Amino acid sequence: MSVAAVFFYLFAGVLVASAFMVISSRNPVHSVLFLILCFVNAAGLFILIGVEFLALILVVVYVGAVAVLFLFVVMMLDVDFVELRQGFLQYLPVGALVGVVFLVELILVVSTWATAPAVAQFPKAAAVGGAAISNTKALGLVLYTDYVYFFEASGMVLLVAMIGAIVLTLRHKVNVKRQNVSAQVARTPETAMEVVKVRPGQGI
Amino acid sequence: MSSLPPLGAVLPEVTLAVSAIVLLLVGAIRGEAAANLVNGLAIAVLAAAGILVLVAPHTAVSAFGGSLVIDDFSRFMKALAILGALVSLILSVHWLNRERQSKFEYPVLILIATLGMCMLVSAGDLIALYLGLELMSLSLYVVAAYNRDSVRSTEAGLKYFVLGALSSGMLLYGASLIYGFTDSVNFGAIAAAATTPTIGLVFGIVFLFAGLCFKVSAVPFHMWTPDVYEGAPTPVTTFFATAPKVAAMAVFLRVATEAFPHITHSWQQIIAFVSIASMVLGAFAAIGQRNIKRLLAYSSIGHMGFALVGLAAATPQGIRGVLIYMAIYVAMTLGSFACVLAMRRNGNAVENVDELAGLARTNPMMALLLGGLMFSLAGIPPLAGFLAKYYVFLAAIEAGLYGLAVIGVLASVVGAYYYLRVVKIMYFDEPAEAFDPMPGELKAVLGLSGLFTIFYFVYPSPLINAAGVAARALF
Amino acid sequence: MYQAIVFLPLIGFLIAGLFGRVLGARPAEIITTAFLFISCALAWVAFFQVGFGGHDAHVQVMRWIHVGDLKIDWAFRIDTMTVIMLIVVTTVSSLVHLYSIGYMHEDPSRQRFFAYLSLFTFAMLMLVTADNLVQLFFGWEGVGLASYLLIGFWYEKPSANAAAMKAFVVNRVGDFGFMLGIFAVFVMTGSVTFDAVFAQAPSLVGKSINFLGHAWDAPTVIALLLFVGAMGKSAQFLLHTWLPDAMEGPTPVSALIHAATMVTAGVFMVARMSPIFELSHTALSVVMLVGATTAMFAATVALVQNDIKKVIAYSTCSQLGYMFVAMGAGAYSVGIFHLFTHACFKALLFLCAGSVINAMHHEQDMRHMGGLYKKIPFTYAMMLIGTLAITGFPFLAGYYSKDAIIEAAWASDNSFALYGWVMTVAAAALTSFYSWRLVFMTFHGHPHDHHHYENAHESPLAMTIPLGVLAVGSVFAGMVFYGDFVGHHVQDFFRQSIFMGAENHILHEMHDIPGWAAYAPTVMMALGFLVAYWFYVLDPSVPVALVRSQDALYQFLLNKWYFDEIYNFIIIRPVLWIGRVLWKQGDGRIIDGLGPDGISARVLDVTASVVRLQSGYLYHYAFVMLIGVAAFITWFMFAGV
Repeated sequence: MSVAAVFFYLFAGVLVASAFMVISSRNPVHSVLFLILCFVNAAGLFILIGVEFLALILVVVYVGAVAVLFLFVVMMLDVDFVELRQGFLQYLPVGALVGVVFLVELILVVSTWATAPAVAQFPKAAAVGGAAISNTKALGLVLYTDYVYFFEASGMVLLVAMIGAIVLTLRHKVNVKRQNVSAQVARTPETAMEVVKVRPGQGI
Repeated sequence: MSSLPPLGAVLPEVTLAVSAIVLLLVGAIRGEAAANLVNGLAIAVLAAAGILVLVAPHTAVSAFGGSLVIDDFSRFMKALAILGALVSLILSVHWLNRERQSKFEYPVLILIATLGMCMLVSAGDLIALYLGLELMSLSLYVVAAYNRDSVRSTEAGLKYFVLGALSSGMLLYGASLIYGFTDSVNFGAIAAAATTPTIGLVFGIVFLFAGLCFKVSAVPFHMWTPDVYEGAPTPVTTFFATAPKVAAMAVFLRVATEAFPHITHSWQQIIAFVSIASMVLGAFAAIGQRNIKRLLAYSSIGHMGFALVGLAAATPQGIRGVLIYMAIYVAMTLGSFACVLAMRRNGNAVENVDELAGLARTNPMMALLLGGLMFSLAGIPPLAGFLAKYYVFLAAIEAGLYGLAVIGVLASVVGAYYYLRVVKIMYFDEPAEAFDPMPGELKAVLGLSGLFTIFYFVYPSPLINAAGVAARALF
Repeated sequence: MYQAIVFLPLIGFLIAGLFGRVLGARPAEIITTAFLFISCALAWVAFFQVGFGGHDAHVQVMRWIHVGDLKIDWAFRIDTMTVIMLIVVTTVSSLVHLYSIGYMHEDPSRQRFFAYLSLFTFAMLMLVTADNLVQLFFGWEGVGLASYLLIGFWYEKPSANAAAMKAFVVNRVGDFGFMLGIFAVFVMTGSVTFDAVFAQAPSLVGKSINFLGHAWDAPTVIALLLFVGAMGKSAQFLLHTWLPDAMEGPTPVSALIHAATMVTAGVFMVARMSPIFELSHTALSVVMLVGATTAMFAATVALVQNDIKKVIAYSTCSQLGYMFVAMGAGAYSVGIFHLFTHACFKALLFLCAGSVINAMHHEQDMRHMGGLYKKIPFTYAMMLIGTLAITGFPFLAGYYSKDAIIEAAWASDNSFALYGWVMTVAAAALTSFYSWRLVFMTFHGHPHDHHHYENAHESPLAMTIPLGVLAVGSVFAGMVFYGDFVGHHVQDFFRQSIFMGAENHILHEMHDIPGWAAYAPTVMMALGFLVAYWFYVLDPSVPVALVRSQDALYQFLLNKWYFDEIYNFIIIRPVLWIGRVLWKQGDGRIIDGLGPDGISARVLDVTASVVRLQSGYLYHYAFVMLIGVAAFITWFMFAGV
């Protein structure tokens, strides 16, 4: 067995096991941590097939952002998983059926080299700029030129996300004092001070 | 690519994008008081974008390596979508002011949603489709939950978001399967490769269509529609019911006819089933509804079912029927929602159908126009709604889909009940208290929509010809 | 000219009916009455032209139905029978119109009345001038309709409405038979026009109609079916129940319709169809049987009635029976003769009764009358003339016509000839009795209602002139026309309008009957008069004692032999029961349940279950979407792409 094969089976096995643990673990925080383990192993598999950019993006985005978000939510919200799991057995038959259907479909799809031989004949897409450059550079070569439209569109999507977050959650607390630095700096003696003549013994 | 892409062709989209960003800055700098200004500017921008779409040269343009397609079809649907967005924005001003929810972000989000719709309508490959869809959907999720102090609105936004995410996931899965089996994401290239249906390709189509059906709110992917329409603020519902449906239907038509023209028989079955289920469910489920927004939600499910009959026919006449149907549907929906927006009493909005009781005596003109719209929605000749159904069923019969047409007609009959019930409540029930006076823009929209619906039969040919030209552009 | 005779009443109807409210009552009355008088004058001209001048005519008015082999036109067949009926109808109708101007003087809706009278006259004229069975049927139904409208003229009275409906429904039963008869004629001869049918009549002998596996003799079947129609229209035994109730209508209506014209339509029709009837001995036997029975039955009931109009109504019924006896004996012209004279004196009797009722301010019960001859002498005199005529007092009209019938019954070779003779003779006695009873109770004796008696006064001129005219007819009509109807000039007078078979020599044979048989009716008349005089003038306690001792018989007669009760039990109640069942179960449960109500209930069921799908739970929604996709995938896996 080659080294690559050993690592493949290692990553794949841990991936499947931790995926199973995600759904069967009782503690929600444990579920999220197992999910992170899944992602990391998936990244390892990606590196094995040579798409290092995808692998590292997986870690950065999924683990760094998505899983952390999951963790935040799970830890902030007081979710009672025990109560949520109550109807589990009730839906098990139908759920299992749907799962089986999807499984069969997946197998059918994957076994296309028997059912649709034409697919295997598709020419593999030639890597841009030859095989020598790294993924990142290859992606960069096309992203801002051929696919600039998609890039700009994604930018707009992110903008909407930001607007959405602010629209839905930002509340100006009424009794919070804020600094308006430019106003502070722009104060003149005329507005800041008031000169009062005081008679002795009178007070202000 | 060394040369600049044809920016002239995408001028409407660029206008929308740039003005959205500019208006955002205006709003951010001027603060809360800027809402009315931004509203007005946004309306002007939408009008400008619409004009730009219509005056663009009639040559078909393919930009960005085939990702963006400008042709007669996209012109027709973009104009319709922008019209829907424009009128919804006009209708929303008064309502949001009264509910004290008027913020400048709302028109900005509408603009961005419209941008997404335009991208969607012009999409030439699967990735552009997905990006346009996401851009539109994300904006819609946000405005659905716009009234953040209302539980129903938040619930609406959340449901829409979660289910939308699920459907986007399915759509992407389908897209990836299609890419896997045809080696391309471009619609034309897919068509060239998809000459015989393989099981994998068809599975991909099923998932892709599932995602699109979600947006179009066709059964069985419609479950979000009643709750979201009822929970969202009414001007948002107006927007939901018109523009995104147009855009989603447009991309549905384009994908089906440009990407899979040679395996029509396969996806025709999906569309036929979905359309029957939508027509039937839309007819039956609305019967017991008391909330008028929910009723209109089910009604729109039914109408999308009817529109899909035209797609099931898979002929240029069928597509033409769908386009005519969408245009008339938008007009009718805008009018109906103008009435719903006018249902305020003592400053509070009321949503129950029974609140319309006796409207014929308290506001005869509104009752008359709303009655006309209801009859048209039910499909009663010689109103526009009937003619829309006529073209769609005609195409279905010409394509040999007799069962579909028969079921459609029967569903129409059942569905007529709840439309006629509204008319009956308006004309024959004891009058409830009168509504607050209708703002000018609502009257204008209701009047125009009503007149169009009632007198469409007098001069229908411009719409039919335009739809025919647009449909032929797809083949 | 003939178009004028027939259509003037129609125009009168249209003017009074459509514009009556605009024109006002008096113009409506004048116009309709004037039109009728013009029509009457023209009819008399036609009578002399055709009857004595021999100018038969056939007037084509309009094409009507030309479908395949069926050709029916609106056309007038003018022969002697027609013109006899024309003068009867128009004369009596015009006199009744004139009479009504006085009688209906206080009624607020007189325009409607005159319109209906003219409508009736038009329909009757269409009936008698018809040259084919379908046109005759049109007139037949038209008079039925007009009768309904006129009986129920005072429609606010529930009893009037009921009577009108009864008349129409009972007539309908007869009409059903009539229609079947018309169909049978068409099937057997291929035409409904009289000329064509009569031409083919001899070839019908021996032909048969197959029905229910048995071959029936064609002429008999046709004749019997047609006679069923005549039974209904002429209120013969079994289908007579509507005639007494029809007295709910105003008295002029009773005079016109239920004495002189409509009820005689059946007699006319039988005479018209004589070519067919002559072919079937069985049918003629049935006719005589029914006629004789009716004559007797109606006379017995009239003995004990207390309403003045009901007595005269049953009298009419009885006299119609006489006419059919004549028909059954084969002496068609004799029957028509009695029709002719009966029209005069029966109308006279009814109009006199109307005059009495008017004088007594709408009191109709004879027990409240009495001693009126001093107060209304002219009416009394007219009533006397009419009574003498109907009872068969020598040389008045009834003597000639009624006795001719009784002679014909004796001389006939009909299976029921003897029965017919016995019945008619006995009925003559009864007729005399109840007619004189009416006169004595009304005009003689002591007044029973002093209030009305004091206020009684003679009727206006509009009412008394018709009485006079009819009285003249009652006296002289018999003498003058005996020769033409019964005597030696029959053949010259009737020519082709009545057909008598080769063996039918009744008109000669009836003059050869034994003397005692010929004088029997006169004896009976005297007998009846004497008994009535004894009962109601000499010793009024006798009838009272008789009634008390024969209570069962009295009740039986007073309740018209309980026919209404029997019919109610056997027919009306079951029919209503069937109707109720079909309504509640058939229509309500089955048709509505499977149709509209059932479907709407099912739709609501479906709606209820569909609405439950929308549970509100997010994971349910997601689940449905996944199931949807899974379903599609499964479909494609098994059904193939």
